[in-house]
Amino acid sequence: MDIFSFLVQTLNAVQYGLLLFLVASGLTLVFGIMGIINLAHGSFYMAGAYLAFGLTSATGSLLWAIVLGIPLAMLFGAALEALLFVHLYKREHLDQVLLTYGLILIFEEMRSILVGDDVHGVPMPAFLEGSIPLDDTLSYPIYRLAISAVCIVLAIGLYLLIQRTRLGMMIRAGSHDRDMVQALGINIKLIYRVVFALGVAMAALAGMLAAPISSVAPNMGGQVLILSFVVVVVGGIGSVWGALIGALLIGFADTFGKVILPEFAGVMVYLVMAAVLLWRPAGLLGKG
Amino acid sequence: MADTLFEAKELHTYYGSSHILHGVDFHVGAGESVALMGRNGMGKTTLIRSMMGIVPPRHGRILVRGDDMSRQPTYRIAQRGIAYVPEGRGIFPNLTVRENLMMAARPGVDGNCEWTFDRVMATFPRLSERLANGGGQLSGGEQQMLTIGRALMTNPSLLILDEATEGLAPLVALEIWMIVRDICASNIATVIVDKNYAALTEVADRAVVLVKGRVAYHGSSAELRGRPETIRQYLGL
Ligand SMILES: Nc1ncnc2c1ncn2[C@@H]1O[C@H](COP(=O)(O)OP(=O)(O)OP(=O)(O)O)[C@@H](O)[C@H]1O
Ligand SMILES: [Mg+2]
Repeated sequence: MDIFSFLVQTLNAVQYGLLLFLVASGLTLVFGIMGIINLAHGSFYMAGAYLAFGLTSATGSLLWAIVLGIPLAMLFGAALEALLFVHLYKREHLDQVLLTYGLILIFEEMRSILVGDDVHGVPMPAFLEGSIPLDDTLSYPIYRLAISAVCIVLAIGLYLLIQRTRLGMMIRAGSHDRDMVQALGINIKLIYRVVFALGVAMAALAGMLAAPISSVAPNMGGQVLILSFVVVVVGGIGSVWGALIGALLIGFADTFGKVILPEFAGVMVYLVMAAVLLWRPAGLLGKG
Repeated sequence: MADTLFEAKELHTYYGSSHILHGVDFHVGAGESVALMGRNGMGKTTLIRSMMGIVPPRHGRILVRGDDMSRQPTYRIAQRGIAYVPEGRGIFPNLTVRENLMMAARPGVDGNCEWTFDRVMATFPRLSERLANGGGQLSGGEQQMLTIGRALMTNPSLLILDEATEGLAPLVALEIWMIVRDICASNIATVIVDKNYAALTEVADRAVVLVKGRVAYHGSSAELRGRPETIRQYLGL
């Protein structure tokens, strides 16, 4: 592999990892703070991609689709939390798995009824088309760089939100002792709702960003869900920074696995997960 | 009583099927200090948790400034100016000392902001040296100071202290008592549970003794001090 194809693969790995982080961070937050295993999290990614398809067709631009899609996703997440997930906090993981698996089926069926089972494509914004030439044959698409940039900005934003704001302090405190947070006059249920809606919006945004580079297709949430769980487990359940490291690791394992060991491409990610868990059973930044 | 801040009427509280409080009446006037006494397991903590809505009573009413808060969530009760320092401290070990304090900051019910971060620092100078430390890295006494400081950051009208000096070295306990005394002397009302009955009856205006989830005695703390046989009977001293 020469230096430029190595660079291309590295950029791909980072971009893929960062996109996974966007999905996995919501999953790990909702688990770490509310104790909820949400199998339907991948459906939010799918919903985002379909939202991008629908709204781009309607408005003519993916940018508008994203501007409209994020608040829609947040509203949807808040409503879903208020109607369904709020009943799961005090229940066992088995109940959570049952309900959220049921939701996957419902979301897929709704997708089928609303937009059908065809595969769709979404055009990227015109100003992000084109590539940066690297050598005579290789070039790198600007759109993928833009995805990475957006994800990095969001990761920094998430860091600042959790570490530097009062809301972030309340979120972290709530993951430790919800009664005590309430006894300080803080509405923990509202905080849960905000966190859940944020997680839904990030997963949906990942789906919207990915829409132009991967086709918008039925069941696209499934693969992302599995990889996100791998990321969460590798990073340490509940740890957002673990999820970031885990996502990049999985991004590299998947991307370079396909290049270096194509015959093992399908299992590379799981080999990495197994290796990490043998070394650190609670994940990279997990406790206990 | 026009200036009753907090009132509990006929509280019956259960943990599952075990009936813990059997019709407890309890009130706190504005600015008043009440000692809540009783031997181990008599229901002091349960009464406090019922007052806060953490373990809502199955029967009975909770009134804050005359408003019925019986079915209200804990945060609403707290927002009415009630702050709680729980048994076993309840700091957030995953937050720094500064964050533990900042997250709670809030003006009081009447809009007063007497307790600020700086005032908490002046009251607990030891905390100011450990602001960047995680809450879990503090000593027991420092953790207790942090929990009290955090409660004060909400500018409460009523501060509830459940065993604030439990498990502390005598000198550290003394330091906490001095601060509690200052708080009692200020316009903040207090409900205090503590094993040190001498100190307790000295700072409190009134005493309420629970026996098996019922109020067995109530009266001024001066009066209780003068009745050693009552103390022996109910508190086993
Ligand atoms: N979570 C719980 N579930 C069931 N029973 C409980 C629970 N907490 C306390 N109890 C019981 O309720 C009764 C009252 O307990 P409570 O903690 O209110 O007593 P206390 O007066 O605060 O005692 P202490 O001085 O030991 O703190 C005890 O018999 C105790 O065993
Ligand atoms: Mg107790």
